[in-house]
Amino acid sequence: MAEANQPGIEIRNLWKVFGPNAKAMVPLLEQGTSKAELNGRHGHVLGLRNVNVTMPAGAIQVIMGLSGSGKSTLIRHINRLVDPTAGEILVGDEDVVQMGAHELREFRRHKTAMVFQKFALLPHRNVLENVVYGLEIQGVARRRQVEAATRWIDRVGLAGFEKHYPNQLSGGMQQRVGLARALANDAPILLMDEAFSALDPLIRTDMQTVLLDIQKEIRKTIVFITHDLDEALRLGDRITILRDGEVVQQGTSQDIVLRPADDYVEAFVKEVSRGRVVHVEAVMAPFNPEDRSLATVPRQTTLDAAANVLMQHDCEHLTVTDEAGTPVGQISLRQLLRAIVTPADDIG
Amino acid sequence: MDSFWKFPTMDADTLRLLKKNIDEGFRAFTRAYGDSIESLFNPLQSFLIWAERLLLATPWPVVIAAVAVIAWIASRSMKIVAGCVVTLLVIGWFDMWDDTMKTVSMIFVCTVLAIVIGIPIGIGMARSNRLQRIVNPVLDVMQTMPSFVYLIPVVMLLGIGRVPGVIAVVIYAVPPMIRLTNLGIRMVDKDVLEAADAFGSSSWQKLRNVQLPLALPTIMAGVNQTIMMALSMVVIASMIGVQGLGQPVLKAIANQYFTLGVFNGLAIVGIAIIFDRISQAYGSRLQKHREIVHG
Repeated sequence: MAEANQPGIEIRNLWKVFGPNAKAMVPLLEQGTSKAELNGRHGHVLGLRNVNVTMPAGAIQVIMGLSGSGKSTLIRHINRLVDPTAGEILVGDEDVVQMGAHELREFRRHKTAMVFQKFALLPHRNVLENVVYGLEIQGVARRRQVEAATRWIDRVGLAGFEKHYPNQLSGGMQQRVGLARALANDAPILLMDEAFSALDPLIRTDMQTVLLDIQKEIRKTIVFITHDLDEALRLGDRITILRDGEVVQQGTSQDIVLRPADDYVEAFVKEVSRGRVVHVEAVMAPFNPEDRSLATVPRQTTLDAAANVLMQHDCEHLTVTDEAGTPVGQISLRQLLRAIVTPADDIG
Repeated sequence: MDSFWKFPTMDADTLRLLKKNIDEGFRAFTRAYGDSIESLFNPLQSFLIWAERLLLATPWPVVIAAVAVIAWIASRSMKIVAGCVVTLLVIGWFDMWDDTMKTVSMIFVCTVLAIVIGIPIGIGMARSNRLQRIVNPVLDVMQTMPSFVYLIPVVMLLGIGRVPGVIAVVIYAVPPMIRLTNLGIRMVDKDVLEAADAFGSSSWQKLRNVQLPLALPTIMAGVNQTIMMALSMVVIASMIGVQGLGQPVLKAIANQYFTLGVFNGLAIVGIAIIFDRISQAYGSRLQKHREIVHG
């Protein structure tokens, strides 16, 4: 499973309007009609407004927003469970929007797999039979179905539960089945629609760890929907924030936390523990050779980890180095603390 | 003001002419096509005769053993098996065995027919709202139209005998089969269907893997209803020559034989209970996976 084989996903000028005459509404929206106006005057509901997202191959792209922001609608466009009103969805070099029914079915069978918020397991099938589902649809030989399913059931930590029915499992275990079902499909793209939102906080963290561990091996292109910023920051290589069907901000977790695009994003970011997200390079002072500290940290170190190092060495400040080990900056305990407890804009 | 107190009607001659023309038209149709339509139902006739001979020719202990085995497979409950066996023994002891076998064979054929006709129509209705809008009123008519009314054209076309009896019974008994198949499929969880779509299921795969299995308990309730309604038609069917437990009841009505009527009536109740318990136990066993809940 080489990384180069995984297709990236490119969403271009995607519009979604719900209503009987959706296509005709797009030009109106392009001229700046608002969501409320569209609903009140034209009786149509705006789903997505001119969304452009480039999702890199082999990475986790998080799409975040509150309910009603259009994030679930957006993820359903990638395998076209929802048809767009206008726009392009490029997976590798194929445009999903142009696919006919047969092509689309083949695409869903081999290129994508999906994990759902409410698990959506087949209640009349036991764990094993649920996990083989995707392969069964593909028409894979039964022996290989069972082989792959058993491996993934094992990998998500459900060995021994093959004969249990979904109803006999806890929520966390059911979602492990959902994850195993998607992974057994061996599709390069994994779509996760609020996959962990229905789980208890502890189990959610647990599942995040499982996902990150597995991703280290499989390097799939994962699209992960969530309303929880902590989850987004933990999982996302890149994060896109949606509001009322519009992209508000895109970037790495650092970008989001340090430079929130507007009040909406800032409101989210306030509650986040910054020490676990922000890297030292974002807040360090310029390197001063005369005041060099012997304790060094790579510039990708999080503030929390840097504070730990500082404490262990019991010194005034740290030297920050680049990948080659060359000093690029320095950071003091005072600076560290300030970055952890105050917004970035206020740092001198 | 006359027409205020007395409902203004079509004038009598026109009305008579209308009835006469329709009657004559239908009679002409019967004369012209009756034979070919009758031959169309020949396979059904042979199926009926085969089923009846099978039950009558099999020695009674074998029949009872077979019923016991079916009851056990469907219900896994010794109580239900014992109840079925005792009921059949009592029916036999009161010398109603042959009539019972005739009735059971007819109910069996009617149920098979209702399933074969009802499930595909129910599936079609679940998939198309337009078909549902068309079929629903038809089902309403089939269920509320007094059965004697549609017995008339059926008898005119096919004469008296088993086949018209079965047709009348099926017309009456198939609506719950269709309705409950439709309902069962429509009630399948949307999330699970979406998951099936997301994995690239074709519509046949969706039907076979998701919709039918999840609708099966509801469909079984439909089978159960169909059997009960078919049994309730036994006496009416006997008026057009269907043999079985209905005929002694008919005789009892005509001659005021109270006990004869009650015995045969109770025999009908007996086999109704057997059918009902077996099919219900099977239906709830299909739902076992829903019952065991985590925790």
